[in-house]
Amino acid sequence: MSKDNEILEEFTSKEYEHGWSVDYEADEAPIGLTEDTIRWISSKKEEPKWLLDWRLKAFRHWETMDEPTWPNVKYPKIDYQALRYYSAPKQKSKPSNIDEVDPELLKIYDRLGISLNEQKRLQGIAVDAVLDSVSVGTTFKDTLSKLGVVFCSFSEAVKEHPDLVKKYLGSVVPSTDNYFAALNSAVFSDGSFCYIPKGVRCPMELSTYFRINAANTGQFERTLIIAEDKSYVSYLEGCTAPQRDENQLHAAVVEIYAAENAEVKYSTVQNWFPGDKNGKGGIYNFVTKRGICAGNHSKISWTQVETGSAVTWKYPSCILKGDHSIGEFYSVAVTNNYQQADTGTKMIHIGKNTRSRIVSKGISAGKSQNSYRGQVQVMKRATDARNFSQCDSLLMGDRCGAHTFPYIDIHNSSAKVEHEATTSKIGEDQIFYCNQRGISSEDAVALIVNGYAKEVLNQLPMEFAVEAQKLLALTLEGSVG
Amino acid sequence: MLSIKNLHAAIEGTPILKGISLEIKPGEVHAIMGPNGSGKSTLASVLAGREEYEVTEGEVYFKGKDLLDLSPEDRAREGVFLAFQYPVEIPGVSSTNFLRTAVNQVREYRGQEPLDAVKFLSLMKEKMKLVEIDQKLLSRALNEGFSGGEKKKNEIFQMAVLEPTLSILDETDSGLDIDALKVVANGVNQLKTKENATIVVTHYQRLLDYIIPDYVHVLFDGRIVKSGSKDLALELEDKGYDWIKEEISGTTV
Ligand SMILES: Nc1ncnc2c1ncn2[C@@H]1O[C@H](COP(=O)(O)OP(=O)(O)OP(=O)(O)O)[C@@H](O)[C@H]1O
Ligand SMILES: [Mg+2]
Repeated sequence: MSKDNEILEEFTSKEYEHGWSVDYEADEAPIGLTEDTIRWISSKKEEPKWLLDWRLKAFRHWETMDEPTWPNVKYPKIDYQALRYYSAPKQKSKPSNIDEVDPELLKIYDRLGISLNEQKRLQGIAVDAVLDSVSVGTTFKDTLSKLGVVFCSFSEAVKEHPDLVKKYLGSVVPSTDNYFAALNSAVFSDGSFCYIPKGVRCPMELSTYFRINAANTGQFERTLIIAEDKSYVSYLEGCTAPQRDENQLHAAVVEIYAAENAEVKYSTVQNWFPGDKNGKGGIYNFVTKRGICAGNHSKISWTQVETGSAVTWKYPSCILKGDHSIGEFYSVAVTNNYQQADTGTKMIHIGKNTRSRIVSKGISAGKSQNSYRGQVQVMKRATDARNFSQCDSLLMGDRCGAHTFPYIDIHNSSAKVEHEATTSKIGEDQIFYCNQRGISSEDAVALIVNGYAKEVLNQLPMEFAVEAQKLLALTLEGSVG
Repeated sequence: MLSIKNLHAAIEGTPILKGISLEIKPGEVHAIMGPNGSGKSTLASVLAGREEYEVTEGEVYFKGKDLLDLSPEDRAREGVFLAFQYPVEIPGVSSTNFLRTAVNQVREYRGQEPLDAVKFLSLMKEKMKLVEIDQKLLSRALNEGFSGGEKKKNEIFQMAVLEPTLSILDETDSGLDIDALKVVANGVNQLKTKENATIVVTHYQRLLDYIIPDYVHVLFDGRIVKSGSKDLALELEDKGYDWIKEEISGTTV
């Protein structure tokens, strides 16, 4: 009792580090959501008619759908008519390269520690920065284009590579897939687009950084990654938002297409504003992420470190269609104070000899609720499919909750599916042991938590791993005194 | 260096320590013996600052400072080291990473520069030799899946790295095979200086053949009921605790 409860009581003091916002002039859609809003967005973005039609179809379908209630999360009903669906920082003219981006906007990213200036960039990471609804700029474009790699904002891709967009948009996550995916399909504003041609190993990490700045504005970005035969890419996604009293909606869609022998690694460090210690404010993070291993011997690997958001609803999934294809999901989800997370994955084995691996590490503290929800499905044709799932929960204190919902659905008797689950508590005796060696309780918690999450953190690219470790420690800072 | 006066401590309202007084000077080795449940580990925990134990009476001074006033980590940083009777496992955290964090926090407290990776590794190497511990063990997660003996050895290794002023070894000998016992004792002896002191909690005279105590104390029902030289340990080995119990009841009647 004694110390664990103290741990809990002191869980409150940490302030969210990225909780500032900046005033800038913005181009905004009127509040509310009708067909006119969608036409407004589409015309603002000078989109072709097929895309407008695609959006409208999604919207009409969305209107017939109900918000899902099956996740193990509670939040007040969202009034979709009270939201703004598009807000873009006003730029004097359209930037054709990063040097022309409004310096005021670059400053926002500098404050986040993300320099968009190519000279100053960390070696080997190309960045696309998305502020509210639009992409602010993409670095390292020239280097990449020499290899035929396309890495740009989604809007730009619609203009420059319409055939690719038309072919793959909605091919992995159909516009009617689920409530939030349909909403996104109707109103998505921007996002990143990435195309790796046949046989190319992308020589640098591609990274998108999302930030919500404007108040009362939903962020609906769309990411599409296409990896052709024998190509490889490692993609990173980071996100923050200012601290606001009201909740903000973030409903993104990510689609990944992997052709024969292609490999895509997608890593996320999610640090949206989680709400204050009393549960006020914070981002609703309702995201659909799905990849298809379309070709034989292809591989998609999701790694996520989820520390932010008031409510998270997210299941990065793999459709293992190609024979011998591999899907992986590595996740650390931390919830503190009043945060709620319902996250996990779906592995759908269609091809022969397909493999999937799930490693999920939940950490709950404060009065938070943390659920793992995972589905492993083996179809008739999927001879010799194999899955291994490891779902661990770590509890801090006795007012939080950890839940595991594994669903297994097998239609081929040759399948081998293994599921392991553990629940443990950060022990007083572990903390005391560290104390006795001169380590403060706060650092002890950081040490223990990072040790617990190690298998997942090891999957991240180096710079991200260090960042993620700090973030885990920061999320739990002030937990012990 | 350590001065314990009339120390009383309770856990969840149950008194366990019932008036312990003990003076320890630099350079001394004190052995504490006593039957199971007599309060030996409790004394060690109270000195290390475990919060479940409530000190109800008495005082403890360490190097002139009020020890009971310090947080557990500050006690460690001041130089108090406890080799645990049951060392704790910390999954995923390597001994190396753990110890480096510890060493640098202790150094920070003392106003010293942190050790860089190179210096730290050479410190590790030096101490590894001293307690004959395998490098492989240290690259594994801290105590996870270690055998009983390996855990105890690792405690002494940590002690060697942290170079405490006061070491409390709580039944470090139990679970050690004869060779490991010699290695551990040898390590403890080599770390001995004129400035530091050691409290050895044990049930067995055997350890005291290797770590020769200046004093032996018998703890019984939360009190030190008898103190003597190392010969007292031999006598206990020979006769058990019954004669002491009789002696006490004799004097209290
Ligand atoms: N939480 C607790 N509530 C009540 N009594 C406790 C609690 N924890 C410990 N005790 C009691 O305190 C007494 C002293 O325990 P302690 O561990 O100090 O003994 P010890 O001398 O180290 O014994 P051993 O030789 O077996 O290691 C024991 O009787 C034990 O049962
Ligand atoms: Mg004991």
